[in-house]
Amino acid sequence: MIAVSNLQVHFGARAVVRGVSFHVPHGTSFGLVGESGSGKSTILRALSGLNRDWSGRMAIDGLELARRRPKSFFRDIQMVFQDPYGSLHPSQTIDRALSEPLLVHGLDAVEARVRRALEEVALPPSVRFRFPHQLSGGQRQRVAIARALMPEPKVLLLDEPTSALDVSVQAEVLNLLRNLQETRALTYVMVSHNLAVIAHLCATIGVMQEGRLVETLSADDLRAGRTRHQHTTALRALSLELEDPSEAGRPA
Amino acid sequence: MTTMRDWLLSDAPVSRRQAAWARRYRGWLLFRRNALAMLGLGIILVLILGAVFAPLLAPADPDTPDLAMRLARPSALHWLGTDELGRDLLARLVYGARVTLGMVICVVIIVAPLGLVVGSVAGYAGGWLDRVLMRVTDVFLAVPQLILALAFVAALKPGIASAIIAIALTAWPPYARQARADTLRIRNSDFIAAARLTGASAPRIILRQVIPLCLSSMIVRMTLSMSGIILTAAGLGFLGMGAQPPTPEWGTMIATSRAFILSQWWVPALPGIAIFVASLAFNLFGDGLRDVLDPRQG
Amino acid sequence: MLARVENLRVRFPTPQGWVAAVRGISFTLGREKLGIVGESGSGKSLTARALMRLLPRHAEITANRLEFDGIDLRDTSERAMRAIRGKRVGLILQDPKYALNPVMTAGAQIAEAWAAHAGGGRRAALRVALDLLAQVRIRDPRHVAGLYPHELSGGMGQRVMIAMMLAPDPELLIADEPTSALDATVAAEILRLIEDLVSRRGMALMLISHDLPLVSHVCDRVLVMYAGRVVEEVAAADLTRAQHPYTRGLLGCLPSLAKPKPMLATLARDPAWGEP
Repeated sequence: MIAVSNLQVHFGARAVVRGVSFHVPHGTSFGLVGESGSGKSTILRALSGLNRDWSGRMAIDGLELARRRPKSFFRDIQMVFQDPYGSLHPSQTIDRALSEPLLVHGLDAVEARVRRALEEVALPPSVRFRFPHQLSGGQRQRVAIARALMPEPKVLLLDEPTSALDVSVQAEVLNLLRNLQETRALTYVMVSHNLAVIAHLCATIGVMQEGRLVETLSADDLRAGRTRHQHTTALRALSLELEDPSEAGRPA
Repeated sequence: MTTMRDWLLSDAPVSRRQAAWARRYRGWLLFRRNALAMLGLGIILVLILGAVFAPLLAPADPDTPDLAMRLARPSALHWLGTDELGRDLLARLVYGARVTLGMVICVVIIVAPLGLVVGSVAGYAGGWLDRVLMRVTDVFLAVPQLILALAFVAALKPGIASAIIAIALTAWPPYARQARADTLRIRNSDFIAAARLTGASAPRIILRQVIPLCLSSMIVRMTLSMSGIILTAAGLGFLGMGAQPPTPEWGTMIATSRAFILSQWWVPALPGIAIFVASLAFNLFGDGLRDVLDPRQG
Repeated sequence: MLARVENLRVRFPTPQGWVAAVRGISFTLGREKLGIVGESGSGKSLTARALMRLLPRHAEITANRLEFDGIDLRDTSERAMRAIRGKRVGLILQDPKYALNPVMTAGAQIAEAWAAHAGGGRRAALRVALDLLAQVRIRDPRHVAGLYPHELSGGMGQRVMIAMMLAPDPELLIADEPTSALDATVAAEILRLIEDLVSRRGMALMLISHDLPLVSHVCDRVLVMYAGRVVEEVAAADLTRAQHPYTRGLLGCLPSLAKPKPMLATLARDPAWGEP
């Protein structure tokens, strides 16, 4: 479904992504994990077409991607951003945010689609004509997911979709994403710094360090500790240490 | 009335219209708490109503001279006295509001959309388009406003229409700068990225996403600069470059009666007070509006 | 007892009436490491700020008792508060970018923090600043002291922030989400550093975070807050045996690397949790 080979992105003279290759089969999830500045979000922005200064090859559904994307491209690929407070237009109602993609692509049955989208992300119909500032962080992120689903994409790019949310809300959003993937046969590329979150949603995980993909491994291998690169090993050890409450009381 | 209020303050509006009106109503509730801004709004409404219904309100024709009654003191017949040609001052002030407010509104109608479009296009597009548009703006900004206006009027023909064009030409650059600054602030935000990812074209994003957010600071700036426009219009009138006598424009009225400032002080003072009150009212109103429309209030 | 809080309430006026953000909290704090955990809006940060009287002016604070080291904080003058704030109680915030002065070098800010309380000369202050930077395990203190905040990485900025807070040698350190803007590896180092400094200097620590496992790693005792109230107090070692459904829910809804679950448990909020 998605094939990326030797992707390079430069910000001025600084190489942010240095030759990254991976491929994601249809209907599966690929996770990119790494620390800030490792280039993981930059890959998503290049894939989505938000960043046009890249070199290498990217293909979706067998079609090579160009720098400039045709309008039809944006029906197939959508993105969910990290900050639910920044990704919704502050002076537009939820209804407007959800119907805008439909109007751009000239899709019909706007009314029905908006109502169905809210239902799909488990939001009550009463939020439809509210403004973003009247919703909680979790509700906003659901709206952002609903908006991404409006043009019925095949691929969802998820940029830290839960890291700005409370843990209880994070669980709800992760469950929602998993359900949506099953019902709509979506392909996910998800970026996160949280190993447990990535491993929960993604069967295959790429570990990034300083612009390079240092290791690609399955979630099962990661859980079992079958890591090859020391950076992966270190991240895993840290994550395990922090998540185990029975270790509590001892120095971290 | 209660039901209307409930409808407006409902937590869960059921239509776009209700949501939009609810938003306005909340803004109004916030605005209403500011007594000074309400005073400004009141004065502006009185001025506008006075201008609209001038023929009904004016006690006499503003252009009919009565040389027997030259420079009369305020009296029961002429509440505010008469000017050097014996014309009723109250009538001239009321009709003058028409001219002055009319000029202000014309200027705003030309300036605001122009500044908004230039600024948001420059800010969103960036690159060479930004540089060209902003250098043009800088050229206009570099010349003092009144002098540029004077030059324009001198090149055209003194009169209301050329005064409006002259003021508009000199007043738009700050609007463009403001719109550009606002656009730069929001162009890298996630919701603009999300709008780009819908596949929307750049003009569509500017029109539907960027401009609505620039609008509130634009409106605030507009009301605040209205006092400046009134003063420039009056200044041009005073210098004989704006409205021409016998048109009852406030600045022109001061100019034609300035010789009497020591003997019959109220003749030039009254239009002066009118200018002062009108610009103060717009400033108070604009200040109140800023508190309501400030995008940072969430 | 270093701090004693009884029935603390904080509320804010809104056009729709008063909104209570903290609704009757009581706790005591000795020379120990106390964690306060809760989700956004639970009132955890407000509780800590009330203790430093750093709340917005329009907030209304009431308490039966609000003491720091025997000083009643409810009617202390602003002048007396300044002698406590910073000098005896240090505060570390989430993002050092906003807490540091952007036009002063790191060294100068630490030196000033020390000089303001100890009143030493310039030279002495700078020597202390370098010493403090070394204490927060910055490898090249002399170099870092000359850097401006925007030249510091997130972890480095947080270290400078900590050094600045340590300068007046406070008795209590309040850390409000000190690591949530940092990468996991850096966050772990910063927490280890805070923990180490607190034990070595015999300070008390109040760690505020939304991350229950993380807090329980560092602290001795954890207060779990929900909707402006403490719903459970638990010793960190007993966290797995927590009783309250909210605490259990918070632990249960975390995705785990060690124990994969097909679906995450979600938190069914019981309105009764918000009741006294």
